[in-house]
Amino acid sequence: MTTERPGSPEEAAELLRSLGEAGKAVRPRGGGTKLDWGGVGEPIAIELETGGMAKILEHNVGDLTAVLQAGLPLAEAQAAFAEDGQMLALDPPLGPGDAATVGGMVATGDSGPLRHRYGGVRDLIVGISLALSDGTLAKAGSKVIKNVAGYDLAKLFTGSHGTLGLIVTVTVRLHPKPVGNATAVGASGDPEQLAKAATLLAGLPLEADSLDAAWHEGSGRLLARFGGATAGDQAASTAKRMRDAGLDGVQTIEDDEELWAALRAAQRRPDGVSLKVSGRISDLASAIRAAEDAGGALVSRAAHGLSWITLDSGDLVRRVSGVRDALQPRSVVLQDGPAELRREVDPWGPLDAGALVVMKRLKERFDTTRSFRPGAFVGGI
Amino acid sequence: MSHTGEPAELAERGEAGDEALAEAVPRDLTPLVAELRAAVGDGWVYTQEHQLRTYESDGLLQYHVIPGAAVLPGSAEEVQAVVRACAQAEVPWVARGAGSGLSGGALPIEDGILIVLSRLKRVLDVDLENQRVCVEPGVTNLAVTAAVAPDFFYPPDPSSQIVCSIGGNLAENSGGAHCFKYGFTTNYVCGLELVLPDGEMIQLGGKELDPLGYDLMGAFVGSEGTLGIATKAWLRVMPAPETTRTLVSFFDTTRQAGEVVSEIVQAGIVPGAIEMMDKLAIQASEEMAHAGYPVGRGAALLIELDGAERECEARFDEVVAICEKCGSDDVRVARDEAERQLFWKTRKAAFPAMGRLSPNYFVQDGVIPRTKLPDVLERLDELSEEYGMRVANVFHAGDGNLHPLVCYDGRVEGEAEKAEELSGLILDACLEAGGSITGEHGVGVDKKKHMTKMFDEPDLAAFQRLRCAFDPAGLANPGKVMPTPRLCGEVPGPYRIHPLEAAGLAERF
Repeated sequence: MTTERPGSPEEAAELLRSLGEAGKAVRPRGGGTKLDWGGVGEPIAIELETGGMAKILEHNVGDLTAVLQAGLPLAEAQAAFAEDGQMLALDPPLGPGDAATVGGMVATGDSGPLRHRYGGVRDLIVGISLALSDGTLAKAGSKVIKNVAGYDLAKLFTGSHGTLGLIVTVTVRLHPKPVGNATAVGASGDPEQLAKAATLLAGLPLEADSLDAAWHEGSGRLLARFGGATAGDQAASTAKRMRDAGLDGVQTIEDDEELWAALRAAQRRPDGVSLKVSGRISDLASAIRAAEDAGGALVSRAAHGLSWITLDSGDLVRRVSGVRDALQPRSVVLQDGPAELRREVDPWGPLDAGALVVMKRLKERFDTTRSFRPGAFVGGI
Repeated sequence: MSHTGEPAELAERGEAGDEALAEAVPRDLTPLVAELRAAVGDGWVYTQEHQLRTYESDGLLQYHVIPGAAVLPGSAEEVQAVVRACAQAEVPWVARGAGSGLSGGALPIEDGILIVLSRLKRVLDVDLENQRVCVEPGVTNLAVTAAVAPDFFYPPDPSSQIVCSIGGNLAENSGGAHCFKYGFTTNYVCGLELVLPDGEMIQLGGKELDPLGYDLMGAFVGSEGTLGIATKAWLRVMPAPETTRTLVSFFDTTRQAGEVVSEIVQAGIVPGAIEMMDKLAIQASEEMAHAGYPVGRGAALLIELDGAERECEARFDEVVAICEKCGSDDVRVARDEAERQLFWKTRKAAFPAMGRLSPNYFVQDGVIPRTKLPDVLERLDELSEEYGMRVANVFHAGDGNLHPLVCYDGRVEGEAEKAEELSGLILDACLEAGGSITGEHGVGVDKKKHMTKMFDEPDLAAFQRLRCAFDPAGLANPGKVMPTPRLCGEVPGPYRIHPLEAAGLAERF
């Protein structure tokens, strides 16, 4: 495998066209923090590194929008926005060396605790430009936050794991960065009780920035984070609700950065396995039990029903299958995990046969030379 | 004549003799119509002109086409049977919800089939614990909130929410006054059951987020009926806000009001809604709603904050201070729900009220970056003067979505054309400012000619790739969205003559 590092969208498109003609399989690479995600697929000839396209093209402070090149590290973008009191409200784990890029985040649709309030990548991306395997450079969406002209290719490419084309730039909606934060935390060793409290809080108009549940070695926590002028007050009144719901050791924490960094990190297990569960609010207790039975830990976006279960290495095929059996028919995607495991279990899982037909047609239409990560996506796409 | 079309009333009209019907049907549609009758029952297929007139336009009345036939399926299975029959007969079709769209997206095709979804109006599941509702496409937008009130609500709230249906909201990715804070339809759809143009039925997602594979839901929502028909939708609902505070503030100039919007956003405040009206819109609304608004003032802002009680109170005081600082000497805070409703009624009266000031008007829908507001308003004034036509302005100011109303008198020859030209120049001004040709009304037939100003050929070709993956035969709402008709090359496989191509209606790209 060789690495190419195009310095411009035009260069990338030209490279892709020639690779497509030569029938060489290509894989886009950003910060290299999620390289094992997806199926093993067919051998890759060329790794297309996006580091040569890593600029903030526009930061429209007054309009709260930005145009970002795919290779830009997310941490760099956030530092620039913070200078103007703003943020991109997407906070996925940034991986080793905080190297995760904007393009990698969009391609994997990865998200963090802020998703509770602001939505995921698909909800904050308003425009995109793409390079396809036939050398096409195309764009969709716009630079304004409200627009319904044309088809929403930005959503189509979000979470496409580099299998449709190369994401070149994205236009995103920004938000004011809260001036202060405070978190209410409560604990319980009983999955049912923790889930009940989580469901209660999820159904209240708290306007929390984040609402996470976490479970590790028999003990669980529920955490609600607030931002803004009255964050402390809001955390205090939520703490009271947690006490009323029977949680133990309830407290409010003002200096909460590390706490949330740890929750983000709990989504990943680069030396083991992480499983992403697309569930419902009411699934929390069963997700906790599934994690516990497999000897793993869990972190969950309680109001979205999304959970990550992480496992240390050892007997992984059986333990991953155990989690899937316990939670079926919910989708359980293998994110982090060794290649040997990926050869034994489908990292994606089953999906609607008719939907898969449309997805295959999309692959044929967008990646006409079948260059992008062939075989690595759902259903062998 | 009603544009929503009550099924009972239509069924009655459908009782005409079969011989008369057979006569009214164009020759080549007769076998298909027979199949449609078999699929949905005789009473739900209309072929006579007086029946079909009900459906000749959507909310945009300047376009009208009588479809070959209209069919009103009563279930998802019947929708599938209808679409499959059309696919086999290679006859194009258009889906229609409540018909309140404003871009001609549901404009029928002559010699095509109009599939009317108004009979599919069941709320199938209300699951408050998981904050999900499952509905059929004919359910109205407001009925979704009604199904989950008072503890929850469905955020997208287009002005037509009393009549417009979820199916139409999906097609148009409807927003509304509160979308600056809450987002659009696409942010609230987590599952869809679709009938694809070849008659296959698929399910995407469900109650859970992040289903496997490509985000087909994200592609479908806002695709204006060109990728298939949604027969079920799973929607996210939200906990209803603890409190809501609303004010109306008046200014001498729209520039001052624009500054307020910028200052609010810069301060990190995210109001539920910020709506602006200019002088002419204030005058028109006041004449209709009698809210005691000061006619003659240059601009009004309606600002609504909702959320947690404490945060909302604190932020509301800030908003009042910003209004005063930017030059408002008249800030009216709603004292109760009745007064809040009056403020909203007055804002929503702006469109119908223009009918009293002007015999005719075009409603434009453009978007600009919020910071360009003062410049674009100046440009609009220039255009208004140059054309000698009044332009009233109503905006969703938070997200830069403008709705200029171009007033004209249709009885004067050439006025309508002049007004349309002016309306088009307004979109050019939006694009020059870095904006979009439509924020919520959609492209439909009305704006497809403007698509090439916003998108280049490779972009349009990329859109077509998506469209072809869903509808390789090109039967779903052809002639909408794309500036010129185009067909799908077969990928992979041998070349085959397309029926539209054979008929000389489209060329292959």
